[in-house]
Amino acid sequence: MKIEGQVRIPSGCAISAVISKAGNKMSGEMITNSMKPMHDRSNGLGGGFAGYGIYPEYKDFYALHVFFDSRSTRKECETFLKERFEIVQSEIIPTRKIPAITDEPVIWRYFAAPLKSVLMSLQLEEKEFVAKTVIKINAEMPGAYVFSSGKNMGAFKAVGFPEDVGVFYRLEEYEGYSWTAHGRYPTNTPGWWGGAHPFTLLDYSIVHNGEISSYDANRRFIEMFGYKCTLQTDTEVITYIMDYLLRIQGLTLEEAASVIAAPFWSTIASKTDCEDRRKLTYLRTMFPSLLITGPFSVILGFEGGLMALNDRLKLRSMVVGEKEDKVFIASEEAAIRTMEPNVQNVWSPAGGEPVIVKVKEGAFS
Amino acid sequence: MQVIDAANLDYRAVNEALRNAETDYIIKNCCGQRFIAAGMSHKNLTIEGIPGNALGAYLNNANITVNANAQDAVGDTMNEGKILIRGNIGDAAGYAMRGGKIYVQGNAGYRAGIHMKAYREKFPVMIIGGSAGSFLGEYQAGGVIIVLGLHNDNKRIVGNFPCTGMHGGKMFLRGCCDDIRFPKQVTARRAAPEELDEIREYLSEYCSDLGYSAATLLSEPFTVITPDSKNPYKQMYAAN
Amino acid sequence: MSIEFIYPEFEVIRNADRCISCRACERQCANEAHSYDEKLKIMKCDDSKCVNCQRCVSFCPVRALKIIKSNCTLCGNANWPAQTMKEIYKQANSGGVLLSSMGNPKPLPVYWDKILINASQVTNPSIDPLREPMETRVYLGKKPSKVQRAKDGTLDCSLPPQLELSMPVMFSAMSYGSISYNAHKSLALAAAELGILYNTGEGGLHEDFYRYGKNTIVQVASGRFGVHADYLEAGAAIEIKIGQGAKPGIGGHLPGAKIIGDISRTRMIPEGSDAISPAPHHDIYSIEDLRQLVFSLKEASEYKKPVIVKVAAVHNIAAIASGVARSGADIIAIDGFRGGTGAAPTRIRDHVGIPIELALAAVDQRLRDEGIRNNVSLIAGGSIRSAADVVKAIALGADACYIATAALLALGCHLCHTCHSGKCSWGIATQRPELVKRLDPAIGSKRLVNLMTAWKHEIKELMGGMGINSIEALRGNRLMLRGIGLTEKELEILDISHAGE
Repeated sequence: MKIEGQVRIPSGCAISAVISKAGNKMSGEMITNSMKPMHDRSNGLGGGFAGYGIYPEYKDFYALHVFFDSRSTRKECETFLKERFEIVQSEIIPTRKIPAITDEPVIWRYFAAPLKSVLMSLQLEEKEFVAKTVIKINAEMPGAYVFSSGKNMGAFKAVGFPEDVGVFYRLEEYEGYSWTAHGRYPTNTPGWWGGAHPFTLLDYSIVHNGEISSYDANRRFIEMFGYKCTLQTDTEVITYIMDYLLRIQGLTLEEAASVIAAPFWSTIASKTDCEDRRKLTYLRTMFPSLLITGPFSVILGFEGGLMALNDRLKLRSMVVGEKEDKVFIASEEAAIRTMEPNVQNVWSPAGGEPVIVKVKEGAFS
Repeated sequence: MQVIDAANLDYRAVNEALRNAETDYIIKNCCGQRFIAAGMSHKNLTIEGIPGNALGAYLNNANITVNANAQDAVGDTMNEGKILIRGNIGDAAGYAMRGGKIYVQGNAGYRAGIHMKAYREKFPVMIIGGSAGSFLGEYQAGGVIIVLGLHNDNKRIVGNFPCTGMHGGKMFLRGCCDDIRFPKQVTARRAAPEELDEIREYLSEYCSDLGYSAATLLSEPFTVITPDSKNPYKQMYAAN
Repeated sequence: MSIEFIYPEFEVIRNADRCISCRACERQCANEAHSYDEKLKIMKCDDSKCVNCQRCVSFCPVRALKIIKSNCTLCGNANWPAQTMKEIYKQANSGGVLLSSMGNPKPLPVYWDKILINASQVTNPSIDPLREPMETRVYLGKKPSKVQRAKDGTLDCSLPPQLELSMPVMFSAMSYGSISYNAHKSLALAAAELGILYNTGEGGLHEDFYRYGKNTIVQVASGRFGVHADYLEAGAAIEIKIGQGAKPGIGGHLPGAKIIGDISRTRMIPEGSDAISPAPHHDIYSIEDLRQLVFSLKEASEYKKPVIVKVAAVHNIAAIASGVARSGADIIAIDGFRGGTGAAPTRIRDHVGIPIELALAAVDQRLRDEGIRNNVSLIAGGSIRSAADVVKAIALGADACYIATAALLALGCHLCHTCHSGKCSWGIATQRPELVKRLDPAIGSKRLVNLMTAWKHEIKELMGGMGINSIEALRGNRLMLRGIGLTEKELEILDISHAGE
């Protein structure tokens, strides 16, 4: 059977997230538990988490989380990395053996900084260099897969139910100011860990529910700019689109949301604010190939914040709630109630209406 | 009154307990269990906590009261009975319901009352106290949908594209609705007193359930929306 | 009869029991095939004059007529089909280059018919297109590579000129001269009502039609007929015609006899003078010269209008398109080898060029490989026959399609392949006033609007099935296509999987 990347596998899912606007740290236990009431939205073929602010001691280094199929692949990849990065720490990601999670690959992490001399000679900006390196490893080095590459953040994912994945990765031992989670329901059995969510690039991580119908239009467009969709998953292409719009094109989060979940032309025409209308028309005309159609609810994690977004028809459910400094987002309210039984202001954002939560300036590290 | 503690029960266990329960019971510590009371008859059920998706699907003539918000697909293909939600409901509430009542105190998500239809003596009624999301009453084929716009902070009473594909039944929106764009195949107009008579009974029931005054509600104008034709798309086809 | 005799291709069958000798057929036939025998009081027919335009059949009030292919059988064999033999006879009789009209009739592969479209099942929802919002609007034109902002951070919302279309279909170039005033008027009226564009072709723009300017593409071809500042200013876009799918590498020739009255004025050449379109533009002998013509037109129109470069689909089309995309053109129109024509040498029409499906797939991929797909929009033409063809073309990578033959069929054309005779009974490919008036522009435009409206609904139905509610998300979405009965190589070029994969 072909594995993910050789063939496109549609999947449905559950997502969940929590963030402290004050930058207060939360262990990964709460987000793990939030996935329990949504158990039926996953089928045991993928679960994962992203935590932000979890590596304060290495916050100036890119945390590369990598799956290897063997020790020799790891050695080969390390040689490659060492030519390009200063690696200050290299270690196995601690896990807990449990019956629900088996067949794990070699799971390693590196805290690394690109060598200045390499950046100079390539005339590349640091993030661009890291992104290119990650894409290169994932596209060209069989058996090695970088699944997390941001600073002071990390993704943790596996084949299994998300609540088990959290236990496996000992997430209760990490403390982060924001967490996202994903439970996967793929329609095939590739049994490959790289295919689980979140999907990340630099500090951007995406968890996503739904199967988009615009996939190949999006993919064939974004691949013009150096991205390689090696997994053929929606989540991967959405991550690259967000990286392209936010980092390369310099759009704001709201503007990026207006590209991927653009309002209908009729909705744009009915806007009374003419500047707004002009802007929306511009963004839609400028980036027609980045409109994402079909059902999706996504949570984008980034340094210092989260953005949640539904497709413009709102074909997937997503609920937001608040309590004190915390904001909760999930596919189902039950997941939020698991994290905070007394959550307030529970509401469902409209389709295409981004919910952007940022940690108070200076409060995250 | 029997109490079922759902704290550590999955949905099958909850429904199993319901089937064996007396007529009146209460579910406590509900958190996301789906399909509660699916297809059930002759029960009076109160839920504490958040019921999961598809609450009261295919409901026959049970009565369900939820003292909190409910998730997606409440009353999916409901046949008879009543669901009262003292909070908000998620998307696609009352999908294809052909009878019974769904009364919501708060707001509804997208596609409330989608493909609601009446049949013989069955006549579905949905009342949304707050505001409704986009695609309200999509493909509505029968029954009545009422949106009251209470406590909605001057927001629009419905989202975009209400009545898309509506081809039967009626919709009543409290207020003038000048800011709402309806599709071509429906007519929206100020509801005449005799039209309001059609919904007076339901509003009274709703008000007594939730402690509002029907007279106050009816003191404001209502907009009524009806489809112009039962088969508005016929002219789009050519025999081949 | 003699050695030169070729048995007529068609036979007109008249049901004598039904015929009332009303002589409608006689009046309708521009080729004078029908006549009335005063003595015998019966209708007669000279089959040798019949071109099978079906005009008499359509207008016979008692359904007494039908036209069939003659079954007079030449010996022939698989290597020498009757058609080939007849062509030999015609050339032996005349010494002439064979001339034909409309598109390539050969049974070469129609890839559209070997491509199947996807639909959603379970993993994501299909959408009900007739009720839910379903968007077919497209903007054609160059998209900048980078978002610009003012100093205060506000978005600079200016874009290079864009053509807005309510649906991704336009009427392709057909000149006034090759088709009639009323045909042009029908196209202009329909384009305006539909919110799309029609194309003047290379024969200039009749003064009466300047008012439809915002729905008009004005064409500049090698003959430069009727090209002047007002003309360039009149349209919404300017198209440089390099080539035409039906006759790549070949120019055009409208005989002096047709250059009369309005046509002379519109083309801005004297009455009776032959209108010759040279094979190439004689100011373009290399790709850098194209850039010169593109920018001279942009300069003349103050950069307010997108410039389209239309090329025929030929072997090296991907590289050609890449060059065009770097020439400053905003839009590239590619015309496949099944595209129609008012007149073309038969051998050229039937043997030169490649199918639009393969050309489009190759060009779209090449431009993406080079990272310049955003520099241009792509229009695919050269036999788009239905809404399904449109959807397949968009999914292969086209931004929009050009149709011409389909539009002419809507106006009454029955594909008799004799446009070059100038005796079109349907008032389309003719300048004879008594024939032109047969085409009522009000009716013609209504029929075009009907056709496009029906296609638009069908496009929406197909999109809805795929769970796509905006045409942007279909463009280049090749995952929505599968091949059936295609070789590995064909699949590779189309960059689609085989059905079942």
